[in-house]
Amino acid sequence: MSEQLQVKTMAEMMASGESPEVLFWVGCAGSFDDRAKKITRSFVQILNKIDVKFAVLGTEESCSGDPAKRAGNEFLFQMQAMSNIQVLNGYGVKKIVTTCPHCFNTLKNEYPGLGGEYEVMHHTQFLTGLMNEGRLKVEGGAFKGKRITFHDPCYLGRANGEYEAPRNLLAQLDSELVEMKRCKTKGLCCGAGGAQMFKEAEKGNKEVNIERTEDAIEVNPDIIATGCPFCNTMMTDGVKNSEKEKSIKIFDLAELIADAQSS
Amino acid sequence: MAIGSILFIICLGVASFFFYKSITRIRRNILLGRDVNRTDNSSLRWNTMVRVALGQSKMVVRPIAGFLHILVYAGFVIINIEILEIVIDGVFGTHRVFSSWIGVDAYRFFINIFEVLALLVLVACVIFLVRRNVVKIARFWKPEMKGWPASDANLILIAEVLLMSAFLFMNAADVVLMNTNPENLASAGLDKYAIGWNGQGFLISSMLNGILPADMSALHFIERFCWWFHILGILGFLNYLAISKHLHIILAFPAVFFSNLKPKGEFDNLDSVKKEVELMFDPSVDPYAAPPEPEEGAVPPSFGAKDVKDLSWKQLLDSYTCTECGRCTSECPANQTGKLLSPRKIMMDTRDRLTELGSYIDKNGMDSDDGKTLINDYIQPEELWACTSCNACTEACPVNLDPLSIIVDLRRYLVMEQSAAPAELNNMFTNIENNGAPWQFAQADRLNWKDEQ
Repeated sequence: MSEQLQVKTMAEMMASGESPEVLFWVGCAGSFDDRAKKITRSFVQILNKIDVKFAVLGTEESCSGDPAKRAGNEFLFQMQAMSNIQVLNGYGVKKIVTTCPHCFNTLKNEYPGLGGEYEVMHHTQFLTGLMNEGRLKVEGGAFKGKRITFHDPCYLGRANGEYEAPRNLLAQLDSELVEMKRCKTKGLCCGAGGAQMFKEAEKGNKEVNIERTEDAIEVNPDIIATGCPFCNTMMTDGVKNSEKEKSIKIFDLAELIADAQSS
Repeated sequence: MAIGSILFIICLGVASFFFYKSITRIRRNILLGRDVNRTDNSSLRWNTMVRVALGQSKMVVRPIAGFLHILVYAGFVIINIEILEIVIDGVFGTHRVFSSWIGVDAYRFFINIFEVLALLVLVACVIFLVRRNVVKIARFWKPEMKGWPASDANLILIAEVLLMSAFLFMNAADVVLMNTNPENLASAGLDKYAIGWNGQGFLISSMLNGILPADMSALHFIERFCWWFHILGILGFLNYLAISKHLHIILAFPAVFFSNLKPKGEFDNLDSVKKEVELMFDPSVDPYAAPPEPEEGAVPPSFGAKDVKDLSWKQLLDSYTCTECGRCTSECPANQTGKLLSPRKIMMDTRDRLTELGSYIDKNGMDSDDGKTLINDYIQPEELWACTSCNACTEACPVNLDPLSIIVDLRRYLVMEQSAAPAELNNMFTNIENNGAPWQFAQADRLNWKDEQ
């Protein structure tokens, strides 16, 4: 990826009297984690290519508060939520898209009770929408015949009942979607949720991400597709642990779509 | 009135009285919980109850257990119509009173259906016993199932096998008597059995004829013994419910009706916290002002749950409803990877602690406190910190119970009242407070990804 991305902040849009179609909530992982930043850039690349007018909060964005809330720190969560809501409402934001299912769940479900009511979409839902409108076109050529399995993020799947949007996108790639034994409502967690990402696991006999990666390896995929930066990290570590990183790649759906997007 | 009728009425009265007492006590215990609104959207609630509780839609996710359970459930509900007849016969000294109301042929038709169901229930219960004790399915052998929970399950299954056997033997002996020449019955003092039966036997119980004695008084003994065993067994079972996981046959319905209808990922925003945070964000509030004097007798707000009284009545209702099937635990990623957490244990601990506190209150008065808590005395922080909040447990529960909400409320207590989060999580909190991200990156660098290649 060498091209310069076109990214405007809400503040810049406001200053030039413009308003975006949608606010892209990047999230902490998407902003700071080296692997997740690639997902962020891929998503923006898709939007740039088809001239979707979006904005980010940039340095005005702050943690949604999800990990604090799941860990039980309701004070910190509500402090974060209230200050984010002040920023979002200040800009009159109506529609939000995010590449992180944790931010998605928190903004969509937990912000309304604190005064932040927005239409919130996960990027797989947003991209499906663009595709249905005919704005986003993909050529599956690059992935033709590839075996791709999708790991359902808990906070997209069970938490919010969205199982189809990511699979709809995969169906556009002419690839072969192979489902793991445990998928959709029965999908196994990657091990990162509930603030586990930020701590060592409790004592046990196995790491959750190893258990989940074994599910994926069992169906012998070329690619494990994810829709969550944390799942991505966990699955990548799991594949490395099994020394399969040469034959199995882990990509976010945004990266797959960006690669397959028609010019 | 015959001595039999008097005895029967006494048994019925005593059993009903004790059952009423138990239900009142359980209801009192559940209402020790704090209030939560679960009466909104009643049409969706009825719909969910019909689908999930009545229709067993989540049971069949596991087809074998689900199918067998539906047999036992349907058998239980339908065969119990006969209790009505047993009660009328018992009180008035009649014999198979329904047959004189709906005619012998129609009556025989219904009893045949009951008998088929009884056989299916019997077979299903035997398979369940084998699955638990011979095949040793893993989820029935987790640490929290040692002792009473395992015995409880076996007792229930054995009781059902015995009740169904009594039902079939009663019918078998009865048919022989009812088909006996009325004069012979009269000479043996059994004219009650001369109800003009049509000579035919019942579908299943007639297969037992070969092992029945020919002697009329022995047959009469078998019929009466099984009749009394059946009804006393049911009355006993009714009272056993109050100390058993089997209470789910009643509470599953309200538990599903009042279940969480919101997206599973949505955790409630604590109102007590909201008030404080709103104050902090309100520019008209003087930060140096002394806080207002608390009202007389006002309880200072506490955050999260350390004991059962801090949980909601719905969470407490859930704990009494749990029948320890362990589907939650077998789907739990933490449990599968050998961590201490078992969502089923969270439910069982909550119920056991509530029962303990309830008995203490019974002896020492409503406001008494035995000094024990759900956290530490029952549930260890290590269990709570192993949870990934993935909702596999709530998805797996056939009656929409919510162990995750209890885990989160207990975590809230540990974090907000005790500052007892694991050190790494405290670092994460500090990072969010200082630089708006769970890691140590400067907020000013948030947009750097834009220009990185």
